[in-house]
Amino acid sequence: MSFLEYAPAPESTAILNLKPEYGLFIGGEFVAGGGESFSTISPATEKPIARIANADSGDVDRAVAAARRAYDKTWSKLSGRDRGKYLFRIARLVQERARELAVAESLDNGKPIKESRDVDVPLVAAWFFYYAGWADKLDHAGLGANPRSLGVAAQVIPWNFPLLMLAWKIAPALAAGNTVVLKPAEQTPLTALLFAEILQQADLPAGVVNILTGAGDTGRALVNHPDVNKVAFTGSTSVGREIARSTAGSGKKLTLELGGKAANIVFDDAPIDQAVEGIVNGIFFNQGHVCCAGSRLLVQENVHDEVVERLKSRLSTLRVGDPLDKNTDVGAINSAEQLARIRELSAVGEDEGAERWSPACELPAEGFWFAPTIFTNVSTSHRIAREEIFGPVLSVLTFRTPAEAIAKANNTPYGLSAGIWSDKGSKVLAVADKLRAGVIWANTFNRFDPASPFGGFKESGYGREGGRHGLAAYLKGSK
Amino acid sequence: MTIENAVRPAERAVQLLGDDLTETTLKRYLEGLPGVDAVGLEQRAAGLGSRSIKTTSKAWALDKIIELIDLTTLEGADTPGKVRSLVAKALVPDASDLSTPRVAAVCVYGDMVPYAVEALGSAHAAGTDQGINVAAVATAFPSGRASLAVKLADTADAVAAGADEIDMVIDRGAFLSGRYGLVFDQIVAVKEACRRADGTYAHLKVILETGELNTYDNVRRASWLSILAGGDFIKTSTGKVAPAATLPVTLLMLEVVRDWHLLTGEKVGVKPAGGIRSSKDAIKYLVTVAETAGEEWLQPHLFRFGASSLLNDVLLQRQKLSTGHYSGADYVTID
Repeated sequence: MSFLEYAPAPESTAILNLKPEYGLFIGGEFVAGGGESFSTISPATEKPIARIANADSGDVDRAVAAARRAYDKTWSKLSGRDRGKYLFRIARLVQERARELAVAESLDNGKPIKESRDVDVPLVAAWFFYYAGWADKLDHAGLGANPRSLGVAAQVIPWNFPLLMLAWKIAPALAAGNTVVLKPAEQTPLTALLFAEILQQADLPAGVVNILTGAGDTGRALVNHPDVNKVAFTGSTSVGREIARSTAGSGKKLTLELGGKAANIVFDDAPIDQAVEGIVNGIFFNQGHVCCAGSRLLVQENVHDEVVERLKSRLSTLRVGDPLDKNTDVGAINSAEQLARIRELSAVGEDEGAERWSPACELPAEGFWFAPTIFTNVSTSHRIAREEIFGPVLSVLTFRTPAEAIAKANNTPYGLSAGIWSDKGSKVLAVADKLRAGVIWANTFNRFDPASPFGGFKESGYGREGGRHGLAAYLKGSK
Repeated sequence: MTIENAVRPAERAVQLLGDDLTETTLKRYLEGLPGVDAVGLEQRAAGLGSRSIKTTSKAWALDKIIELIDLTTLEGADTPGKVRSLVAKALVPDASDLSTPRVAAVCVYGDMVPYAVEALGSAHAAGTDQGINVAAVATAFPSGRASLAVKLADTADAVAAGADEIDMVIDRGAFLSGRYGLVFDQIVAVKEACRRADGTYAHLKVILETGELNTYDNVRRASWLSILAGGDFIKTSTGKVAPAATLPVTLLMLEVVRDWHLLTGEKVGVKPAGGIRSSKDAIKYLVTVAETAGEEWLQPHLFRFGASSLLNDVLLQRQKLSTGHYSGADYVTID
């Protein structure tokens, strides 16, 4: 027997108390949806988890009306201090129900339980705690005295970090005094609905947060609703473009957090073992379903072979499998469509002449799975070096000088994030200064903190989430 | 640096750095090693520490931990009786379950070696892979503050008395002030003092005392230095200085032996010592070994735990696995 084939250590799902079907959360209550309901499935087994209501345009009208009513009658009249109390209460409830939320997230999304337990859910609580603190300090947000809230915010979030993206959207909106209609992705609505239960538990005034489940049509109806003052969207660049077009001239304030093709730059003086960890964390965290994933590895030529060799031996220890097993490092791909796209782009990578490598690993028969993959011999013109794959696929390119690294890193329509690995602080700062990306990590990758703003350059979107800057998206100055 | 006097043990350094081995080339080599990012290293160690080892894996791990223990007593108050009692415990760790494996070695001060050898009798491994080895700390353990002549005499004495393994300490003062050549020469000389009359060598474990080296960069340099000078094992600590063994330091040392193996094909052992008291902690080390150097390192000639109280916790956990309930401290023997 091999010790490294650790015995199964599954997290129990007994803690979950799921209903067989979920309605829409409008005006503080669960109500039936007008559209045909759909099933949300576990991507690891393809088994259905629950029936989910589908909001039609009538539901969108009702939800926006509920949010408007709550804004006019209650939320905009509460003091910042009182809004903060609700947010603190939500944060504490998230912590209390952390295990349940983590299990639900891994079940519905396919991400490993160690990530939902140690990253997603703790960050969700941190986000609410952080913005709870801001609620009564908006005068100091840098927008002048007495900044005003916007009104009703329409928020549409993706499936890669379902609950975390919800927190990124809802926490600053509520702290700033807005009310919310939020649409989670149709692939991963579960934790948003559990979150609605938490709002009931927290006694949040009815209508302050409304949650509509449904697909693209629901989202379209929501962002185009005339009584919405603010649209916040995280997702693909193509949908982001559509939203930018449809909201143009409507007076709606817009923030977009879109795709990325981040460069992770490894210099020859980097702490190699930690850089390898950072590369792994950069692209295989959350199966690579991360908009800021370090999907382009730029390695200095003279250490290329060593880095790739170490990377390969490290990948051989990654454990792909049951997301609910506490030892799983890489979980299931979120959906059949996403899996098809990853497969297609990987095939293109091979056709274009890049060298494909994956560690030997047994993938489960049921569900959507893709082995961690690296491509070497990648050129900047290859599609796998240009397009966002949004999966566990790393493209390795080389560079010779810092100037070349900067040029290659910036040669992308995106500009969300980048990473730099070097033992030399001055070099890190000099390179960071020239990279066109919203977030730049030095000697680490994929680290998030509610106090740190996050957002993109170019086609990665505009507006910032997190930190003091994140408040500006939900406030207007009094001047 | 007296490389011209160095004998067989300096072979590794000569092969890697060339015949003109001088203090300068050694220093350049050690200072040219890639740096260690402390945050990243500790994060990785924490990640390895969060592995969940259950059921059959746990049972295997508990037995493996026992097989890798250097059961240790290093007190000024040690007596021959205490050493005999320790040896008895090493031979039969759990009187209520004779299927319990034996530990790898007993580790004592040099003057206690004859009593340990005598108490082991036919169970003394004496360099074979059957039985229990006797390890002796030497070279003015734990401070290492004595002249080289005294350190060598200390070592030779323990080897003559039948010690199979010598745990030496490096001169941290010399290392921290950059006199790598001096540290190198001393390790080479001690290794030579481990030579027995028949030409074989007692195994040499080099204690870095990482708690006094302060930075991970220093730990990495000291690890390479010790391997280049001929150490068979690199060991974290004496147990007399806090912090003793930590998971990040052990991870770093395992990365060095893994790299040495990639470079030369030769396998060097690692021994974390001091501060590992619970089975839970020890299992984290097993995971770290298996996922860093590889599972083949989980053998007594490549990995050891320097510990005393750890054994009893492992025995309690072992009893819990077989009976389904926890017993208590009175159901395992004190040594």
